[in-house]
Order: sequence, then C-alpha cells, then structure tokens
Amino acid sequence: MDIALFEHKSEFEWQIRPFGKMRVPGVIFASEALMREMDAKVYEQVTNVAMLPGIVRSSFAMPDAHWGYGFPIGGVAAFDADAGGVVSAGGVGFDISCGVRTLHTGLNAEDIHAVQERLADALYHAIPAGMGSTGTIRLDDKQMNAMLRGGARWAVERGFGTPGDLERIEEGGCMQGADPAQVSEQAKKRQRDEMGTLGSGNHYLEIQQVTDVYQPDIAAAFGVKPGDIVVSIHCGSRGLGHQIGTEFLRRMVMAAAGFGIELPDRELACAPINSPLGQEYLGAMRAGINCALANRQILTHLTRQVFSRILPRAELPLLYDVSHNTCKVEEHKLDGHLKKLFVHRKGATRAFGPGHADLPAAFQSSGQPVLIGGSMGTASYILAGTKLGMQTAFGSACHGAGRAMSRHQALRNWGGRNVVDELAGRGILIRSPSLRGVAEEAPGAYKDVSAVVDAADGAGLARKVARLVPLICIKG
Amino acid sequence: MKRWEHFSHQADIGVRGLGATMAEAFEQAALALTAVVTDPADVAHPDMIRICCDAPDAELLLADWLNALIYEMATRNMLFSRFDVHLEGSHLTAKVWGEPLEVMRHRPAVEVKGATYTELKVAQLPDGGWLAQCVVDV
Repeated sequence: MDIALFEHKSEFEWQIRPFGKMRVPGVIFASEALMREMDAKVYEQVTNVAMLPGIVRSSFAMPDAHWGYGFPIGGVAAFDADAGGVVSAGGVGFDISCGVRTLHTGLNAEDIHAVQERLADALYHAIPAGMGSTGTIRLDDKQMNAMLRGGARWAVERGFGTPGDLERIEEGGCMQGADPAQVSEQAKKRQRDEMGTLGSGNHYLEIQQVTDVYQPDIAAAFGVKPGDIVVSIHCGSRGLGHQIGTEFLRRMVMAAAGFGIELPDRELACAPINSPLGQEYLGAMRAGINCALANRQILTHLTRQVFSRILPRAELPLLYDVSHNTCKVEEHKLDGHLKKLFVHRKGATRAFGPGHADLPAAFQSSGQPVLIGGSMGTASYILAGTKLGMQTAFGSACHGAGRAMSRHQALRNWGGRNVVDELAGRGILIRSPSLRGVAEEAPGAYKDVSAVVDAADGAGLARKVARLVPLICIKG
Repeated sequence: MKRWEHFSHQADIGVRGLGATMAEAFEQAALALTAVVTDPADVAHPDMIRICCDAPDAELLLADWLNALIYEMATRNMLFSRFDVHLEGSHLTAKVWGEPLEVMRHRPAVEVKGATYTELKVAQLPDGGWLAQCVVDV
C-alpha cells in the first residue's frame, strides 16, 4: 500500500483525512512495514466504511487488516442509532461470531509428549472437522429456538460444560436480544447436523504450549505461565450464521435505495438500526452469536471427554472465549459523554480494558483476555485489553495473523504432505481430512503474527501477555 | 470457449465462468464453485435436483444461483458436477446433477460459506462471449 496516502499520526497510527463522501477519518493501526505490505484494497474499504450513515469517530482497521467484503477484515466501526446509524450484514460477515476460546489444562509439555500421537488421533476422532462432518446432536424446532436464545448457557444446561464456564465467555455466554423468529427455516435446516462441528478453512483446535510471558502480573491473573499447556478452539456459527449473512446481505442490498442509502460497494449493504429490517437483522445476528457460543461450548465438552480418557488428571477450565465477527451495543465515551453505540467488529476482537463492568471479577484489574489465533506452524498470542484502547478504537484489537497470500498462491507454493511432514519434524502434529486444505492454510500463507501483535501492543490497543506455540492441530 | 477458472482474493477465492451465452457462463461458474471444494472430474452425477431463482439483475442472479448451490451442497451433503441452466430474463431454472459427498474419496479442501458481492460481475466480453464471476467466502 502507498503510505503517502496517509497522515502518519504516530508510530502505529495512520490516518486518512475525510474527503469526498467520507463522514469521519479512516485510521489504520500498524507498523510501517505492515502498512507497506497491506493490500491497497484495505485503503479503499476503510474509506468506503467511513461514508456510511451515522458512523462516529473513525473507520478503523486493525494491524492484521486485509481485503475483505465491504468492510476490511480487521475493520471496526461504531454507529449512533440516533444519528441515522446503520447496522451492516457485510460489516459482521458470513461467519457470525467466529471466535476463539482457550482452555487451561494444568499440564506441561512432558505430559503431552508422552501421549502426543494418541491424543492427536483421539481429538481428530472426537471433533467433527471439515466439510460434510456432522455432530452427534440433532435439534428439533423447539430445541433449535432454545439454543438460539440461550447460547452457551443452553449448552451448559444440557450438560455440555459447567456453569463456571459461562462467566468466562463474553455476554456471560448468552447474547441478549436474540430473536429465533428472524432466523429463516433454511438457516435452521443448514444447522441441523452441524451442532458441535469445527468447520473448515482457517478453523482449528490446537493443543498449545506457553513459551513466553511478557506481563507476569496479567499472566498470573489469566492463570498462565511458561510451559503450561492450553487448548484453543477457533470456529463460528457454522451453516446457520452463513445463511443468515447470505440472506440479510441480499435483503439489505435490495432495501438500501428505499432507505436513501447510497452504497459505495454492494457488500456494504446495511439498514438503519431504527428500521424494521435493521431490527430483524440484529435479532437474527444475535441468534447467530448464540449458535457460535453453543457450538464452541459443545466442542469444549468433546475436548474434555477426550482428555478425561487419555490424561484423566487434567482439568480444562475455560480461560476465556472471544468473538470476532459481531455487532454489539456498547457504551463508549464520545465527546466526553457516554453514548450507546452499535460497534461492528469484522475480523477484530473486543478488547475491553481494566475496570469495565462487563468483565468478570477475575479480569477487573487485568483487562479482558484477547486471544489471537496463529496458523498451524506459527505462534498464537494472549493479549489484554487496555484503558487506552477503550478511548481509541472502542476497545478493539486484532484477531489473528491475517492472510498474506491467496489460497490459490498457497497451493502453487506448497503441497499438503510436505507441510504436514515439515511441521511433524518440528514436533507439531497435524490431523486433517484434506491435504489440499492444509496446503491452502500453510503457515507461510499468513502474515507474521508476531509483527501484528507487536503493532497492536505498540498502538496501545492491547498489551502483549503471552506467546504460545502449537503441539497438535486439528484442522477442518 | 466455455471454461472456468479461479482468481485470487487475499482471504478467499474467486470463481469465474466463461461461455458462449450467459447461461453457459453460469454453468461454468458453478463448476468453478465445486472446484473450490474438490476436483469436479472426481464427482459423479447420478442424482439430479432442480433449482429456481429470481433476482432484479443478472449479477444478483449469479450470486443467488451460487448461494442456492451452496445451500444444496450443505443441506443434502452433496457435490455437483453437471449443470443445465436456462435463463429467461431475471428468472433462472436449472437441473443440477451430482452425488453424495464422500470425505475419503473427495477429500474436500474447504466448505464454502457463501457467494459474496465482491468482484461480482456478469458481462458480455468484446468477443461476444459471457463472463460470470464473484468471490466466495470459505
């Protein structure tokens, strides 16, 4: 990307002054090196989002930003309903509430090494992964609606996990305001066989080892120390979320002209928050969030069952669960006053700072755990939300490495078997139904996650707390 | 001139169909969609289903067509490799042939979440042929 297009506000902040139909500035948080590597489409998409009605402060992009749909992936934007603000299906994305959760195990690397192959095989057997895989749970209409209203709380009530898990999930595991009646029969049908499945693409379940701790006090509050083994699960709302996204994107495109909204890009399809369509989408999207939370909760239960067989002394309490693709109503300070805003995070993590009322007691002094996913062979990170971040990008941070190249290019560069063998040589076991899928997700196809995390830390969006490396990766 | 290809999108993948008519370009785009998941040559086609869609313009119709296929793939757990598309104005009817997905044989690389409006284009080319394309989210 041409950095001359930006005003360089500070080491990690690059601003686009409003021009044309932009209502607010565009801001990208990144190092100069990340900016130079970033796709030029990010500039265009950040600029387009800044044109949407009712946007406040700025159209933001996180350090892992890349070319998305309408919004950049890594985009954050907040809207004021009282100022004609909009909610955008494209601004949330197809995989509603795709996210990451991390579980403690109380184990260390030696415990895993003794059983690594067996554990990898058992997890691969127990966790339905990849296209065509189905879960063991079938929901009738009534149960489906209860799940869409209750989220992880519904799952815990059905015996998937413990009540203690819920306070370690955003929204206490249950997104309020979900309206299953706004979720189409098609979306529900698409979900019938997919409860408790991982999905494919960049979704995974990893056994990881903590290698470094950068903020001992915060790491202690999070309960992690060097050598610890944790489990991280990355997945979302499965077919139900994808279908909600598909249907509302189309409805919003069709309705935009009637609302007097000029779309710079059809993928930015949106509707006023205070419109029937906007409200219907919010009801459906929140049901999609609950579907993702329930799904990750069921996968957690399946993981615990595997550990109870192979490493029975391990307990797997939840560290935290974060969502990446959401629109949430939050209070933020705007011009000195608290204001209710609709914050879109598309491929970005909520990163609330210390003292925020929505955080459980355990994280009141540390800030929210921010779980940054890696890419099979590379590191993952745990960060913590900051007070400064609350004032800049509405308490938001990056969500992962972000792709550096297309799947197409990755297939030209790597073979799946070579990737699996090379990682095995480094002590990382991969289990996946598709070698082509592994090649498309080769670690080299992603940006350097460490540079992304350092930029988020440098910009003050979140503080770097711990680094983790994978030992086992179950890939969809 | 009928053929399909993929084109690059940083996070996902673009599907493109080319044909002598718009309908043929839609058929080829559908093959490109299957090829995101597995090699269409490995997908037999003993079973037939019908798909209908309507949209206000050709581009939304392409997205609807691909989304209808994605929905059928997901809910029937099938892959498709033969397509017969008829277009009348903004109305599409199609016969689609395929078979149930077999993970061990088809080794699906990825499942498709949805057809997007990114790089969405249906256009007649200077040589008279047609192009139909968009990025799909995987």
